[in-house]
Amino acid sequence: MGGFLAGGAAPTRRAVIGGGLALGALAGLGRPARAAEPIRIGFPVPITGPFGAEAKDQVRSAELAVRQFNEAGGLGGRMAELLVRDDKLNPGEAATRTLELIEKDRAHFIVGALSSAVQLSVNEITRSRKVLYVSISQSDTINEAKDFGRTTFHEALNPHMTTAAVAKHAFRKGSRIAYLAADYAYGHEMLRGFKRAAAAIGAETAGEILHPFGAPDYSTFMPRLRTMRPDILCICNFGRDQANAIKQANDFGMKRASRLVVPVLLHNQRLAAGPDAFEGVVGAANYFWRLEETVPSARAFNDAFRAAHGGAVPTDYGAYAYTAVRALLMAVTKAGGTDTEAVVTALEGLTYDVAKGPEHYRACDHQAVQSVLVLESKKKSEMAGEADLFTILAIEPGSEAALRSCEELGHRA
Amino acid sequence: MQLFSGVALGAVFVMLALGLSIIFGMLGIVNFAHGNFFMIGAYAGVFVLERTGSFWLALLLGPLLVGALGLVVERLLIRPLAGRSPDDALLLTFGLGYVLVEGVRILFGSDGLPVATPEALSGVADLGIGLFPVYRLFVIGVVALVLLLLWWALERTRLGLIVRAGARDPEILRVLGVDIQRLWLWVFGLGIALAALGGVLAAPMRSVNPEMGSAVLSEAFAVTVIGGMGSLLGSVAAGLLVGIVVSLTALVAPEMANIAVFAFMALVLLARPHGLFGKPGLGT
Repeated sequence: MGGFLAGGAAPTRRAVIGGGLALGALAGLGRPARAAEPIRIGFPVPITGPFGAEAKDQVRSAELAVRQFNEAGGLGGRMAELLVRDDKLNPGEAATRTLELIEKDRAHFIVGALSSAVQLSVNEITRSRKVLYVSISQSDTINEAKDFGRTTFHEALNPHMTTAAVAKHAFRKGSRIAYLAADYAYGHEMLRGFKRAAAAIGAETAGEILHPFGAPDYSTFMPRLRTMRPDILCICNFGRDQANAIKQANDFGMKRASRLVVPVLLHNQRLAAGPDAFEGVVGAANYFWRLEETVPSARAFNDAFRAAHGGAVPTDYGAYAYTAVRALLMAVTKAGGTDTEAVVTALEGLTYDVAKGPEHYRACDHQAVQSVLVLESKKKSEMAGEADLFTILAIEPGSEAALRSCEELGHRA
Repeated sequence: MQLFSGVALGAVFVMLALGLSIIFGMLGIVNFAHGNFFMIGAYAGVFVLERTGSFWLALLLGPLLVGALGLVVERLLIRPLAGRSPDDALLLTFGLGYVLVEGVRILFGSDGLPVATPEALSGVADLGIGLFPVYRLFVIGVVALVLLLLWWALERTRLGLIVRAGARDPEILRVLGVDIQRLWLWVFGLGIALAALGGVLAAPMRSVNPEMGSAVLSEAFAVTVIGGMGSLLGSVAAGLLVGIVVSLTALVAPEMANIAVFAFMALVLLARPHGLFGKPGLGT
């Protein structure tokens, strides 16, 4: 239901006027009236739908990055602006919005997406239009040669590095692992990553169940998962599916005999399901605000975010958007303008530390090389405050060795 | 054990299908906003729970509040469409569904709300055949109780007699001097209250969010069609059957669990075009 009555967003007046000015400048009609046209970053994310909570964090954090850039004077007086669009978590909708952003709103760059399938569809468009795109959602596929283009950058972690970090801390030789995975790209990629890591460690697979994406009820899978007698129950899904599946696994007493493990422990879903359901669940993340205790750039990011949002802390998916937009604007500054080729080159050569320690994009596939956090969800009685959700068990440092090799991805080394 | 999970799942389907079926049987309206009334019910339940701290009150007041909203909707929106083609009502309820979702987004945000299982009902019971959440046993109990009450009201009271007669032949009922419009009003309210009760019951099992209604609507329709549009007995039987079918499918081919409902519907309709308990000629 829903989705087929979607209305298109009309171009904003400012975008039309801005576009007109740019055309005027192109036609050589003297200098445009304003100092310079803004740097426009198109930002398609799924504001409505099951990942809405994460998407709103992406928007808040990306806006913060843009504001900081502008408050620092922009690019010699050239200001940046963020054009947020709702992609409704639908690849078709995302493609339409992206095209619109490029053609009508004249966006110079695209940052965004929050689903494996959606980012691939955005990437199709940006590749064909030769527009720089920074993806901020997990995907293994986008690193692979067939989907890669010179303008494609992937700021998020990918399932391969995420699952390897979790497995290293949660799996043991001889552990029996049962998997419950969502039946779409994200679930499949996480499942593949975990199995690969499990094989290397010597853990065995007790069984696996694929569930339909967006299922509200998991009760029918629980009896079967229990009969697999796993030491570890690994739940590979995202957004509300994660909260519902963990809550119901807890209701069915699955934690009595098994440890619950997820690829990505989501800040917002832990808030949605409450401390009891998530207690003891282990998973990875790209960011958790308590990183500020050891990483100066995390403290700076948190403080800026707290100041802007009444003391609230940024979340994992917010951090992706923030680091992506910050890095992009650093590259724009380095390139001295919005020319795609120049910015791509600048971004390739950039090492940036804006929220979680140093990061850089690997040359062959433009995957962001960065640390992976392994977290455990805290008991209610051990929480030092509302936002004190997790204990950081480990920080796996960023290294190219943690990624699949360029040859395996089909890139010419 | 797998059967048991199916019955617990089916209990929620039953609550939804009952309301859909009553409203269709009596008013001849295919209510496309039904799933969203279920969602509003969940929110109303959470709203009451947060203010009173009592799940029992939420279970009682949530459906009453939403049922009252149903009365308003019938009086102001549905009644003016009486006598016009069923398509009008279909479009109206379809649009109303969107309005309800947006309304909830404005009031409560679009992130969804956490709902903890009530303290007394949390925990796991060992049934001898395996572990099962106490709360789900409670849901089965509540639904069974509601069904008993409904059955008693329909079969053993004068009002029930009128309702059953109204479903069969409203013309004659009007000739006999029964105020059919008032009857329709209350039947619509009851149907909506049942959906809302389903929503309150589902809230602790699933997270509460504005989209939860659209997710259950198609399944609720499938259940109603399998049971036979307008048949209450059909709704109950089909709800439990569908729960069990989904559950058993999850055992053999989990990724098919969603499709199973509709495959089952197709099979039933091939054998019985009016559903399990549907009467030929009704609603056609």
